[in-house]
Amino acid sequence: MSDNFKPKIVAFYCSNCASSAANVADGMDKALPDNVKMVQVPCTGRIEILHLLKPFEEGADGVYVAGCQEDSCQYVTGITKAAKRVAYVKNTLEQLDIEPERINIYNLSAGKGQAFVDVALEMNDRVRELGPVLSE
Amino acid sequence: MIVAEQKPIKEILEMVKDYNKILVLGCKGCVTVCNVGGSKEAAILASTLKIAARKTNKKIEVEEHTLERQCDPEYVDEVKDMIDDYDAIISIACGVGPQFLSERYPSARIFPGVNTKFMGGAVEHGMWSERCAGCGTCVVHHFGGLCPIARCSKSLLNGPCGGSSDGKCEISQDVDCIWDIIVRKMTELGRLEELLEFMPPKSWITARDGGPRRLIREELVI
Repeated sequence: MSDNFKPKIVAFYCSNCASSAANVADGMDKALPDNVKMVQVPCTGRIEILHLLKPFEEGADGVYVAGCQEDSCQYVTGITKAAKRVAYVKNTLEQLDIEPERINIYNLSAGKGQAFVDVALEMNDRVRELGPVLSE
Repeated sequence: MIVAEQKPIKEILEMVKDYNKILVLGCKGCVTVCNVGGSKEAAILASTLKIAARKTNKKIEVEEHTLERQCDPEYVDEVKDMIDDYDAIISIACGVGPQFLSERYPSARIFPGVNTKFMGGAVEHGMWSERCAGCGTCVVHHFGGLCPIARCSKSLLNGPCGGSSDGKCEISQDVDCIWDIIVRKMTELGRLEELLEFMPPKSWITARDGGPRRLIREELVI
């Protein structure tokens, strides 16, 4: 893919573990790529399938969800529900001949500021490699 | 409720590939309850179609609307002023919806967005199971409140067949033998003798065997 390609990425992150990790990252002066648009939600369980599809409809090249570890969700099953919805959208993308790797979910812990930045960089690299959604 | 599931996206895309202005039409009845054809699912399908268009660089317009029901003429009438604005309508109601739409709007191109599966209920969140075959003459009270017509693979009315093993049907380990359940329940209730009562052969004339069915209630006809 062209070095000039700068993917549009939308990230949903919960206001608990992932948000705390974001604060730690901020304190460590770790910057996220500026092409990652962050959307904070009360819990990843609130993220509907439509929320995950809309960014792709509106021009995003990648979407990811950053939430809690499966055993530490404040609302018990929020991250589990989110994982199932991400899997659903992966399947939808596959049916549309779009790479399912364009959407992913990550389990973070509150103190892992570096991990919060690392997942953004990982998704950025991955989607840059895949290129734009549009067929050649 | 009538239980349905969404058609594969590729099948839907193939159906509407020649159309550029599409309306996804949901229904607030059964298909909303089974999470396949309500306003939420209409929005998901509309978004999916737009993503497909983005992928293929095709210019399309997709909108969504959800009717109170698609099986009542007064609600189907609700879209009369908008139907001509679209090249294609994808109904995500049960199989009744696209037919009522086609009858009301003969020149419109109506496509089914879901496959209608059965009459049943939710046994768990996200899991539905068949309960009624619509035979037209309900007999569940003879069988402990359980329907062997809908729930026995052979619709047997006189006991389990040789394919019943350890409470499962021979067609799959995922399918309970309803006759095993009926016999166990009637035994527990001390009513097993009721299953020995003579019953004449069931008339299937009220089922599909009697042809397409209709129901007229004179007290309701205007």
